[in-house]
Order: sequence, then C-alpha cells, then structure tokens
Amino acid sequence: MVKTPYKRKQYWNEPELTAWERSYLPEIVRGLIITSTVFLRNMGRWMTGRKGALTTYYPEETRADYAPGNRGKHVLTQRPDGRPQCIACNMCATVCPAKVIEIEAAFDPADTAHPKYPARFEIDYSRCIFCGLCVEACPEDAIRMVKETPGLPSDARGQMWLTLEEMLSWQPASDVAKPYPPKSGPGGAPAQKGTAP
Amino acid sequence: MTQDLVVYAIYIAYAVGMLMGFGTILTWVERKQAAVMSDRIGANRAYVRLPFTQVKLIWLGLFHGIADGIKMLVKEDFKPRTHDWYAYAVAPWVVFTPVLLVFAVIPFGGMLDPGRLFPGLADWFDGRTYPMQIARLDAGLLMVFAFSGMTIIGTMLAGWSSANKFSLLGGLRAGSQMISYELVMGLTVLGLILIYGTVDLGSMVQQQSGLVLGVLPAWGVVFQPFAAVLFLTAAIAENKRIPFDLPEAESELIAGYYTEYSAMKMGLFMFAEFIEIAIIGALFTTLFLGGYNLPYMNDSGFAFPGGTTIEMSHGAVVLTQLVVFLLKVLLVCSFQILVRWSLPRFRYDQVLSFAWKFMLPLALLNLIVTVVLVWSHQRGPW
Repeated sequence: MVKTPYKRKQYWNEPELTAWERSYLPEIVRGLIITSTVFLRNMGRWMTGRKGALTTYYPEETRADYAPGNRGKHVLTQRPDGRPQCIACNMCATVCPAKVIEIEAAFDPADTAHPKYPARFEIDYSRCIFCGLCVEACPEDAIRMVKETPGLPSDARGQMWLTLEEMLSWQPASDVAKPYPPKSGPGGAPAQKGTAP
Repeated sequence: MTQDLVVYAIYIAYAVGMLMGFGTILTWVERKQAAVMSDRIGANRAYVRLPFTQVKLIWLGLFHGIADGIKMLVKEDFKPRTHDWYAYAVAPWVVFTPVLLVFAVIPFGGMLDPGRLFPGLADWFDGRTYPMQIARLDAGLLMVFAFSGMTIIGTMLAGWSSANKFSLLGGLRAGSQMISYELVMGLTVLGLILIYGTVDLGSMVQQQSGLVLGVLPAWGVVFQPFAAVLFLTAAIAENKRIPFDLPEAESELIAGYYTEYSAMKMGLFMFAEFIEIAIIGALFTTLFLGGYNLPYMNDSGFAFPGGTTIEMSHGAVVLTQLVVFLLKVLLVCSFQILVRWSLPRFRYDQVLSFAWKFMLPLALLNLIVTVVLVWSHQRGPW
C-alpha cells in the first residue's frame, strides 16, 4: 500500500492577476485615484463646514450610539428621599479585581432602617477595568453602570477619581426598579428593599 | 557690487526660509493629509496658550511641528559605543547639507528688476536686473545630481559608523538603492537636456514659458510625459519614501541606518527627508511643470491665445511668479504624500529589479525615442 504524503490544505487563494493587473501601472493609478477621491471628498466636507471624518473628537464630543449594555461609567442609585441606596457594605470593593473602590462608611442613628451609609465613595478610574463585577456583587442595587462615558482624560492620575457627588448625579426620568425621580427631603415613599434581609 | 550682495543675501534668506518652512509645514501636511485620506481628524492637540489668558491657539494642529522640534532638541543625545565617532557625528550633516545646497541652482522666479520694484533705489541699482536664482550656473543640473549624490555618502556613513548590524544593513540598502535610482533619474533628464540644449535650469525654465501648437504651454511634461513619470518615481525612490522605504523598513530593520541616532541628529535625518520632498517638488516643477511660469504669462502680464492681453506691474509679476512656484512645489509635495499613503511597500529584491529591469530600459527607450525625434526635427523635413 502506497502511503500518500500528507498534503497541507491550502487556506488561501492563489492570486490570479490578469495581464492588465500585472502591468502594474494602471492598478497603481487606480489606487491613487481611490485615495485621492476619498481625500477630496473629505476635504470638501471639511471646507463646507461638515465633518469629514469617522472618528469622534473625544472628549469634547462623544458618540451617541453606545450600546445599551455598554459599561461606560458607574452611578449610584438613590433612595426615594434622595440619599444613596448604598449601605457601605464594601462588597463591591472586595470583589473589585483592580481594587479601585474606596468606601468610607459613616453612621447615621437617625435612620434606623439603614444607619450605615457611605461618607466617601470614590472610584479610581485610572485603574478601573470596567468589568462590572461591582454591579453584580451589590446586594442593594446601589451601584450600576450606564452607557455614557466618564469625563476621563486628565493631566494627572490623581485627578481621575469619580466622586460620590458625581455618581449620585444620575437622575433618570424613570426607572424599572426604583421610584425615580426621588422626592427631595426626608419623608418620601418608603424604600423598596430588594434582596436585603 | 554691494547691490549684488544685498540681492543675493535676500535670495539666500528666502531660499533657506522657504526650505525650512517647507520642512516644518510638510510634517503637518503629511499628518493631516494622511488623516483626511483615511477618514480621521489628525493630530490637533498641541496648542499655544496666549500668555496670561486662557485662549488656546490650536490652528488645526500646526503647532505639532514645533512640539516635535522642541522634543527633539531637548531629548537625550544617545551615544552608541562606536569606534568611528567622528563619522557618526558628521553623517547627519553630510545628509542634510547637500539637500539644502541643491536649491541654489533652482530658479524660483523670473527676472527681478529692483529699480522698478523700488523706484527710490533706482539710482543705486542703476538698471541692474537679477534672475531669481541664487547661483546662475551653466552646469546647474549637473550640480543638482552631484549634490544629491552626496547624500548617499551620508547614509552609508551613518550605517557604517553606528556599530549596529541593522544600521549597516540599512546603510547598504540605502546605498545600492540610491545609486540605482540616481542612474534612472539622470537618464530620464537626459531627454530634456537634449530638447532644451542646456543644463542651465534658469534657461530651461525660460524656454518653457512659450506655447506649443498655439495652445499648450511648452512645459517639459508636454514634451516628455513619459520621462516625467519615470523621474518622479525615481525621485521618490531616491528619497527612500514608501513604497521604496526599504532602507528604513521598520518592521525588519528597526529604523535602518539611523537606528542609533537620537535627538537632533535623528531630527536632522527626518528634516533632510522632508526638505528633500520639497527639493524633489522644486526640481520636478522646474524641469517638467514650467517652473514659475503660468500658461500664457510672460514678464509683462498675460497674453491669451485669442489676442487678449492683461498688463501687470513688475511687482505683481514677481509676486505671481513666486507664488506660482510655491504652489506648484506644494502640489507635487502633496502628490508625493498621496503616493506615500496609498501604495504598499516593495520587497527589497523587487526594488532593485524594478530599477534595473524595468525603469532603466524604459528610460533608455525614452531617451532613444527622444534622440530620434530631436535629430529628425533638427535635420528638417526630408
């Protein structure tokens, strides 16, 4: 029995050039015409005050077509009375693989239902990897990620911290899980406890 | 005598300023044109803040060239452990200086009559006129080739003295490639020399100011369209730009012959390359695009074929010629940048066989046809 030698499968196409393409110069000219057409078209757009580029001039302008599930930046949800939903349990900070969440808990004896609240809640965006594990770990549905990107670019790493006020500034018109918008001041509707005991 | 000195000092200042300006502007043009060609915005973050205000001047990213220059000036000047320290230090200048010198013989305008331009100085200039060209040499074109041939020495010096195998390979590649394409360039220009009967660039341009067949401008590209294409290709190849940038092929040779150079020495190589783009543009304009001539324009204004004439003052003519020359050079530079961002790179054996097996025979053929035509023209009808 004659063993046929293994023949490697050919995954690519052999270039089949016609004589016209092989003569090189016409194809060069065609390529130059294509690129110069694009150049002139884009230049015409810039000259007439339109935008001749596909790229976004970030951060001055951001794209409007982010996917709805895009993990852009963190927000903190609020109780109906406007205080943060967060109970400073540190689960997000524990699960965070990049160790970027800094929470400083404080005690509020007046609020008997949930006396523990975050006095500081900050995220270092120079190290955040936007994995979304903090959102999954949160027992209170307090931290979420929205599709909008943060105003990230900065000259110094120390200035890339997202603060509590900034995260609490998320004010949607309505929400499926929370009675948004929260009523200002104490005495709003009672908080809807989700998974908390 | 003093008048000559003053005029030529102004010419030299203009030429050096123009070349430096082109060198700086072309870095910006290259970035922006590449960006626009590929649907991008391009570099536009460098800005100059007006002192004591918050007004930031961006000007479409024009300041990126200045930022680059400052960066190259203040960077560490890395010194490789080479035994040929003198050659290493002198190589960038050997590349840079001849590139500047080439421009001395290129005419950038027509005849200048300072007495007519400034009537107050008419007595002092005493009716002298000056062609707008730094050195009116009979051997103008020969000098161009002599000096552009000197840059080969610089690149090979750099490759040899860097004590680096990549540099050495890059230097070898640069040497053989530039010598090959220098030959093709010379052969393509021979046809023009035959037609114009001179190697003096100034009189070459003057002969291009007329008309052929009554309508066409008598530019070199009309007589020698084939040579024009060959010349531009060979010139781009001699400048070692994509698609012929094998001496610096960064994917295989890091940066070729200037791998070991840093700071302003490396900047000189880059600057020389960009100035050479402008020089190629100026040469191509002078040889093939009629230099400072506009079609139907002469030293006193426009004269259209229909018989209409427009009179212009001497100052307006001089200004038009200067601007026309600059615009033509910029157009050719822009075309070179278009080529650089459109075509893929050759393989190295393809570069050399393209020179010797394709361009050289074509240049010779072009020369033979030109010789026959010129001969039959001079001999007159049978």
